[in-house]
Amino acid sequence: MSFPWANEYKPSNAFTRYLDEKLPLPRFVYNAVGAGYPVPRNLNYFWNFGVLAGVALMVQIVSGIILAMHYAAEGTVAFASVEHIMRDVNAGWFIRYAHMNGASMFFIVVYIHIFRGLFYGSYKPPREMVWHLGLVIFLLMMATAFMGYVLPWGQMSFWGAKVITGLFGAIPLVGEPIQTWLLGGFAPDNAALNRFFSLHYLLPFVILGVIVLHIWALHIPGSSNPTGVEVKSEQDTVPFHPYYTAKDGVGVAAFFLVFATLLFFAPNFLGEPDNYIPANPMSTPANIVPEWYFWPFYAILRAFTVDFLFIPAKLLGVLAMFAAILLLFFLPWLDTSAVRSGHYRPLFRKFFWFGLIPCIVVLGYCGGSHATDGIVLISQFAAAYYFAHFLIILPLIARVETPKPLPNSITEAVLAQHATLQPAE
Amino acid sequence: MIRIGAFLVGLFFSGWLLVSAAMGAFNFVKSPPAPTAEHEFHKKPKDVDFSFNGPLGTYDRAQLQRGLQVFREVCSACHSLHYVSFRDFAALGYNEAQIKTIAQEWPTEAPSINPETGEATTRKPIATDKIPAPYPNEVAARAANNNAAPPDLSLMTKARHGGANYVYSLLTGYQNPPAELKKKFPDSMPGKTTHYNPYFANLNLAMPRPLNTDGQVTYGEGAPKPTVDQMAKDVAAFLTWTAEPKLEQRKRAGTAAVIFLLVFFGLCVGAYKNIWADKKAHA
Repeated sequence: MSFPWANEYKPSNAFTRYLDEKLPLPRFVYNAVGAGYPVPRNLNYFWNFGVLAGVALMVQIVSGIILAMHYAAEGTVAFASVEHIMRDVNAGWFIRYAHMNGASMFFIVVYIHIFRGLFYGSYKPPREMVWHLGLVIFLLMMATAFMGYVLPWGQMSFWGAKVITGLFGAIPLVGEPIQTWLLGGFAPDNAALNRFFSLHYLLPFVILGVIVLHIWALHIPGSSNPTGVEVKSEQDTVPFHPYYTAKDGVGVAAFFLVFATLLFFAPNFLGEPDNYIPANPMSTPANIVPEWYFWPFYAILRAFTVDFLFIPAKLLGVLAMFAAILLLFFLPWLDTSAVRSGHYRPLFRKFFWFGLIPCIVVLGYCGGSHATDGIVLISQFAAAYYFAHFLIILPLIARVETPKPLPNSITEAVLAQHATLQPAE
Repeated sequence: MIRIGAFLVGLFFSGWLLVSAAMGAFNFVKSPPAPTAEHEFHKKPKDVDFSFNGPLGTYDRAQLQRGLQVFREVCSACHSLHYVSFRDFAALGYNEAQIKTIAQEWPTEAPSINPETGEATTRKPIATDKIPAPYPNEVAARAANNNAAPPDLSLMTKARHGGANYVYSLLTGYQNPPAELKKKFPDSMPGKTTHYNPYFANLNLAMPRPLNTDGQVTYGEGAPKPTVDQMAKDVAAFLTWTAEPKLEQRKRAGTAAVIFLLVFFGLCVGAYKNIWADKKAHA
């Protein structure tokens, strides 16, 4: 793997030479994220978000482990144990708010990371495996976040768990037994809370494992870049360290600035007030909504209101919601355009910025709103576009579009950009 | 093959969504949804200028103490404050002896057991006790209040949209139901055991107006006049403290963190420019 001109690790003293012989861990790190990994020189700031997602995962794991030391996964005391953390544990409020808002930060950076991949065609060969592993991480994240939201055992925790596990109840014949089996009872209770806690603690480490595979798979072809043109010579690349470690430093600092602002000054801004009411199976909240990062998918779920022949609308909604994510696995074969980057694809770019992005924003807005007739109507149009965009429009664009001429190399693109940026000199 | 399959799946989902939308729109036009009383009469909470608003806001200790007084003399007859201990009142500016007195003089006793017989009994609260609840359990709370158990107030300002503004608006929002409500939505008129309040989600709540007259609570020397408005503000501030006792530490730590991170961000930008200088220059 890697390019022939990659720097080679040279242990500098007796100890590192010894270590390199017995366990070449420093060499591994050097080749993975050090000076031994050549990276295209033209990456823009959108390429920071992979590293930021890793940082967010670390924040979640560290704060989560500390929370688990004080949390009690038992139906009658779970809510009180979270309040105990907020009031009596040293800096408990900080750890808990960090974990709560850290989840949102994780999803923000991962969504930007995914949209980067969508715009710049990072899912195209030779990086399909990187894309697929990334989607596996995304699915695991969603499962982890959902189960984590249940743990404080507030009203939204309880009813969220009930609604989401209820989705499995939509499966014909075996649905209800499956739902009961998943929950360990007929409704979310202690059994569900305990298994959710167990899995919520396990899955982040599974995510960590898949991230290792994600990066491993990435390092075989090397990183993509905004032009989508593959690396041709040494001139096109710079060593990851110090060039991109420095650039990622800027990204990490900006990430923590946003994170700190949210955590310290608006810690409950993204949450639902209902989750500060202890879970009560006898009282249904007026408006059951998931956390914001699930809103677009929740809108798709609710958009199906009419049965199709013998398929009930609810089952259609569940199928569509899962399909909305699973269809992303087929992207490498749906978008057959040989040009990767949206920069050189005039038609694709229009549909991306004026179709897909507004469509997702509208779906998100609808998913977070009370499902009135108007909201459902809007989400039906937006969801219709969502499926049409990926399954119909994207393959068609690839056929009819005439891409703009590509630069011959990354270096040529960089030089051309500098020439246009400094016309006065 | 994949693209044909995808096309058909896409056609099915998108097509059926458009069909559903058309049917929904048709139904909407044919039988528009009836307007609801909540939609027309519910009001958004009023904006109050609390001392703890804004990124640097802090609690007004004197106000929190007055709020505690209102809570003790009015709210605590029915509402519990489950997550707060007497010792926590140190944050309101009370010393140990004062907290001991507050606990001793609390209107409700703390549950206990007789050390000799093991029978359930009650005793005077001490500083480390949680605030004793007015009812021994939820059944008792329901039985005493027309089947509507008064909720715990510890987290109330975080458990409602609008927070302290909501609590203030609700306490000062009791009024006679508008004549229009009676005309348009006779079913939404308050019943025998409910009371009209446009700030409450479904307009009628079981709790009768708790703050009735100016001077219902007697404030100490130098305090503002205990009008209904003032008492509502004070108790809303107090309940914000019970819900978020670490608010001041949080904002202080936040200010330090943001200043630190701004400097850190500047250093990172400097390091980045320095390291990339050669690449940018000859490019």
